[in-house]
Amino acid sequence: MKKALVLILALTMVFALAAPSAFADGAFKLGSSGPLTGGAAIYGISVMNGIQIAVDEINAMDDGFQFEFMSQDDEADSGDKAINAYNTLMDWGMQVMAGTVTSGSGITVAAQAFDERLFMLTPSGSSVDLIADKDNAFQVCFTDPNQGVASADYFAANFPGAKVAVIYRNDDAYSQGIRDTFVTEAAAKGVEVVYEGTFTDSTSTDFNVQLTAAQGAGADLIFLPIYYTPASVILQQANAMGYAPKFFGVDGMDGILTVEGFDTKLAEGVFLLTPFSADAEDARTQAFVAEYQSRFGEIPNQFAADGYDAAYILKAALQAAGCTPDMSADAICEALIEVMPTISVDGVTGSGMTWSASGEVSKAPMAVVIKDGVYVTPEF
Amino acid sequence: MKFLAYLVSGISLGSIYAIIALGYTMVYGIAKMLNFAHGDVIMIGGYVSFLAAKNLGVPPLVSVLIAMAVCTVLGIVIEALAYRPLRSAPSLAVLITAIGVSYLLQNSALLIWGANPKAYTPVVSGTLQLFDGQLSISYISLLTVACCIVIMVALTLFTGRTKMGKAMRACSEDKGAAQLMGINVNRTISLTFAIGSALAAIAGALLCSFSPALMPTTGSMPGIKAFTAAVFGGIGSIPGAFLGGILLGVIEALARAYISTQLSNSIVFAVLIIVLLVRPAGLLGKYTQEKV
Repeated sequence: MKKALVLILALTMVFALAAPSAFADGAFKLGSSGPLTGGAAIYGISVMNGIQIAVDEINAMDDGFQFEFMSQDDEADSGDKAINAYNTLMDWGMQVMAGTVTSGSGITVAAQAFDERLFMLTPSGSSVDLIADKDNAFQVCFTDPNQGVASADYFAANFPGAKVAVIYRNDDAYSQGIRDTFVTEAAAKGVEVVYEGTFTDSTSTDFNVQLTAAQGAGADLIFLPIYYTPASVILQQANAMGYAPKFFGVDGMDGILTVEGFDTKLAEGVFLLTPFSADAEDARTQAFVAEYQSRFGEIPNQFAADGYDAAYILKAALQAAGCTPDMSADAICEALIEVMPTISVDGVTGSGMTWSASGEVSKAPMAVVIKDGVYVTPEF
Repeated sequence: MKFLAYLVSGISLGSIYAIIALGYTMVYGIAKMLNFAHGDVIMIGGYVSFLAAKNLGVPPLVSVLIAMAVCTVLGIVIEALAYRPLRSAPSLAVLITAIGVSYLLQNSALLIWGANPKAYTPVVSGTLQLFDGQLSISYISLLTVACCIVIMVALTLFTGRTKMGKAMRACSEDKGAAQLMGINVNRTISLTFAIGSALAAIAGALLCSFSPALMPTTGSMPGIKAFTAAVFGGIGSIPGAFLGGILLGVIEALARAYISTQLSNSIVFAVLIIVLLVRPAGLLGKYTQEKV
């Protein structure tokens, strides 16, 4: 009796294992690594959820195109753990990678993928170093400095005649990088910058001087290319001064509503640049948000959207390059490098996304405004 | 008008430094030790007040009173456990212990409350508009300056006019002789720590109202600046701590406004070096020659 049970269990397992590979002959092996545990797990889990939804949707279409997806945990580590996750995926037979999730592990993995000729498209690794000098690495998200250009373009289009003040942290590469490209692009687009104030890590608690100077210079729009912690202090101190300009942040501002004890009324009307807004009206976004909510019980964030788009971008590129699942990873890599700069993809993080040969994405910036404690698409 | 606004922001920042510096100077004046954990007691005060307001729903003033009570107990416990056993040890040992206590408090806060910043709700909100709105002064700045002056005057009267104050001054001058005159030195020093820590709680609430991101490291930089202020004004002197704090805040604000935000801290510390070269005992400190 016991033997029979064991036999049945064993057979079930064999079939369970065999089931996906039944159609795997015609499926591309798509891998991704990201933090699924640890402090950055929220990013990795979101990206994997997004990719999974996209892969299931793609496989459900009957155009003969199939993905087989595997994810690995790298704990956002930029050393051994990233390489181990990558090696596990390579042993499995990964042909194309929708990873990594974080910049740190991405820089490590990209160097190895470059040597081994594997094509990688990172959903959310925003560092310039990730794609620098590597023809096989592309991004779905904006690079850090690109957000400066996108912000200046957005100001020129939507806030004509605004007097802009910039307050940035000049001992931080992220903030300084965005500010530099912003100021250059602002000058080119005729956006008037009336004041620039700086702070450093050790002076990030008192912004009265910078705010007074910005107010004195007549600024009615303050650009904050900084993280949300100092931004929450700025909002508080501006409010205490009775100074109420428009505030505009970049992706570092994402999270301000989650600060414990923060009075979300202070963030009312704050703009921020994010590639994804869950309340966007278009059918594609709404379908994605509905599916994500029904599966995971929460509103998808920009990382989930980046992951979702990554799978569709890879599908579009593989189809455009005429790749077949029996091709080797390096043949696919060379083919995709050729076609990436030529394709244009519509996704939930932007329409008409195109890529430069260096791997940077170009898409229209999307901004949201905080209204009643949630992000909504601004109306002008 | 802009200059006035910078000056106001400097004075209110300076008042916070002054309140913290008063705590440093009290302890130094009486116990002859630098309590480097003072900045972290401020941080604890901020957290206690934040949590009291958030979880118990008490009004801001009550949350500050709760924080004062907790910090007073904390100050007495720290003194009894960490500093009292070292009363006759060399001052270097006490100094290192103080740094150890500082790290202990910081990392305990990190363990208990996590690294994520909390947004402190200011104890008062609103702004006073002057000159048709050209100059705006937040009520929190006014409250800070008022608190600072009241505390300074109260401490001066307390040390000058009361019996306990007299005991403190006696301990400050000569611990051995004070003990012979029947003064309980341990209790006097405990009282000093209690007062200093209660002041730290007030400073914590004001500091966090001024700059609402509350983190385990919130107290470190203001603590160091206030220590500078205390030395600047003449450590051990109560009016000196007040003067030093205000001057430091004003120098910092003006340096940031007119010279450079990056260099503002360097300028503050450079001024300290110059003052100490010219007046080694600080602005209001008494220079006493030691007999050898």
